[in-house]
Amino acid sequence: MTTNLKDLEKTANLLRRDILNISYHGQVGHIGSALSVVDIITTLYFHIAKLYPNKPNHPDRDRIILSKGHACSALYSALYRRGYFSKKTLYTYHQNHSLLAGHPDILCPGVDASTGSLGHGLSLGIGMALAAKLQKRNYQVFVILSDGECNEGSTWEAALSAPQLKLNNLTTIIDYNKIQAFGRTKDVIDLEPFKQKWQSFGWRTLELNGHSLSQLTKALNSPNRPSSKPTVIIAHTVLGKGVSFMENNLEWHYWTPTIKHFNQAMKELKSSL
Amino acid sequence: MRQTFITTVEKLAQTDPRLVVLTGDLGFTVLENFRDQFPDRFFNLGVAESNLMSVAAGMALSDQIPIVYSISNFVTLRPFEFIRNDIGYQNANVKIVGVGGGFGYGLAGITHQNLEDISLLKTIPNLTIISPSDPIETAILTRLAIKHQGPVYLRLGKVGESNLHSKSPKLKLGQGFIFNQGTKLAIFTAGGITANVLEACKILKTNQLNPTIINLHTIKPLDTKLIIKIASQHQHLFSVEEHLLVGGLGSSLAEILVDKHLPTPLTRLGIKLYPKHHIGNQNFLRHLHGLSPQKIAQTILTSLNE
Repeated sequence: MTTNLKDLEKTANLLRRDILNISYHGQVGHIGSALSVVDIITTLYFHIAKLYPNKPNHPDRDRIILSKGHACSALYSALYRRGYFSKKTLYTYHQNHSLLAGHPDILCPGVDASTGSLGHGLSLGIGMALAAKLQKRNYQVFVILSDGECNEGSTWEAALSAPQLKLNNLTTIIDYNKIQAFGRTKDVIDLEPFKQKWQSFGWRTLELNGHSLSQLTKALNSPNRPSSKPTVIIAHTVLGKGVSFMENNLEWHYWTPTIKHFNQAMKELKSSL
Repeated sequence: MRQTFITTVEKLAQTDPRLVVLTGDLGFTVLENFRDQFPDRFFNLGVAESNLMSVAAGMALSDQIPIVYSISNFVTLRPFEFIRNDIGYQNANVKIVGVGGGFGYGLAGITHQNLEDISLLKTIPNLTIISPSDPIETAILTRLAIKHQGPVYLRLGKVGESNLHSKSPKLKLGQGFIFNQGTKLAIFTAGGITANVLEACKILKTNQLNPTIINLHTIKPLDTKLIIKIASQHQHLFSVEEHLLVGGLGSSLAEILVDKHLPTPLTRLGIKLYPKHHIGNQNFLRHLHGLSPQKIAQTILTSLNE
């Protein structure tokens, strides 16, 4: 796919606009979470992952699990722009009879796992990575977690399990925007020292700016992948990234945009390219 | 039952490379042979049952057939939401095997007993629930469960159950099996407690009664057609189960009778209230809750005389 960083940046900007458009159209929240993860999603869907949009269930496709399913407006926008479904379908997001629920559903073309209840995605990804090993397939598995999701016991069950299984075909990316549903992570459940936690569990641990497409592409291309360890990328991000009044603002974990919010956000996004 | 189960799996795994066995660190004296024969297809994921279930789901979504093995409450009650979202809802082809359902781990105490698995798992979409009555059924139903495309819960005994069938029966998923064709009264049952029902039948025969005994080894989907037929041919129905009455087999039968407007009376035998702090083995606890052969026969006789 796209190798040019400028093109990737344009795509990320388009996805941000799609997120705003469909969230306003569907009157649904979680925009802040979608804007924090969208650069990670852009890098995966438009640069890294081997995908077959015309054959979404191709057995050799890379798997991408958005375990933080509430950020699905970013995922749907990427799937639309990769050709999994039409613009008309995209705009059914959060509507009756849609395939595009408020959290991803496996019914939707391109969605590899139904998610939304936090603490499931990493285990599902482990299962898919194990299957690749057994079937001697070369596909990679990418799982995107939220920071709040790292409160879940099951996330740490999975974190213990993947290194034991030597799953070097599994990459976990944590969208570490440091704001969870009802407060800042340091005030709710402090995850720090976060990197050391994953390292001590046996993961190859990288840390980067989750809005830097160059850092993301470099890390996810991963030429120095070890033979027996899964990789975790702690991506430092900003909730609501790209829209000034949403950035680092807990309220935009929930709020749906009014016409005034929408217009202002779109104006900022259009002028940022 | 569990030895028969694993022997059957070992045979099937010889020809089907999709079969893998996952355990939550249990299966001592049961899984070693599979592990040694198929070291690449055996995964002990440790004492972490939520992860266990979703790893199995992930493998199934990538075309393996995972068999998840543990004590029944650890693969049902503990990871319930993981079963619902990842296995049931996504129709992942996972076979969940719970050993010691009911009072199978009686003396181990309440934390190891499982009296609510059926009622909970009946609500899981796409999930087939199977409860064999003896090792012969276990072998047949294990094969059918693995052949079936979709998730299955297999509730097994663990105390070395005796065979109840004298010859190998023809079984189909979703179809009940008639152990004894009698008249007037019919007893529906499933699982290891069937042995006590058959013993109770002997007592009833000395009282000039000849009950029809139906083994509903597939608890979901139930053999509704057979149940309606039996209900219309008999004057009094009974259900016997090693499970809470809330949401169990008898509860499903009652729903069918009501939905079909059938007037045949139904008396349900099972665990009425959550057990008080009684410690004992499976037979002791069965007797305490009215599920020994003598008590089953006694309850049936009393009900018929009311």
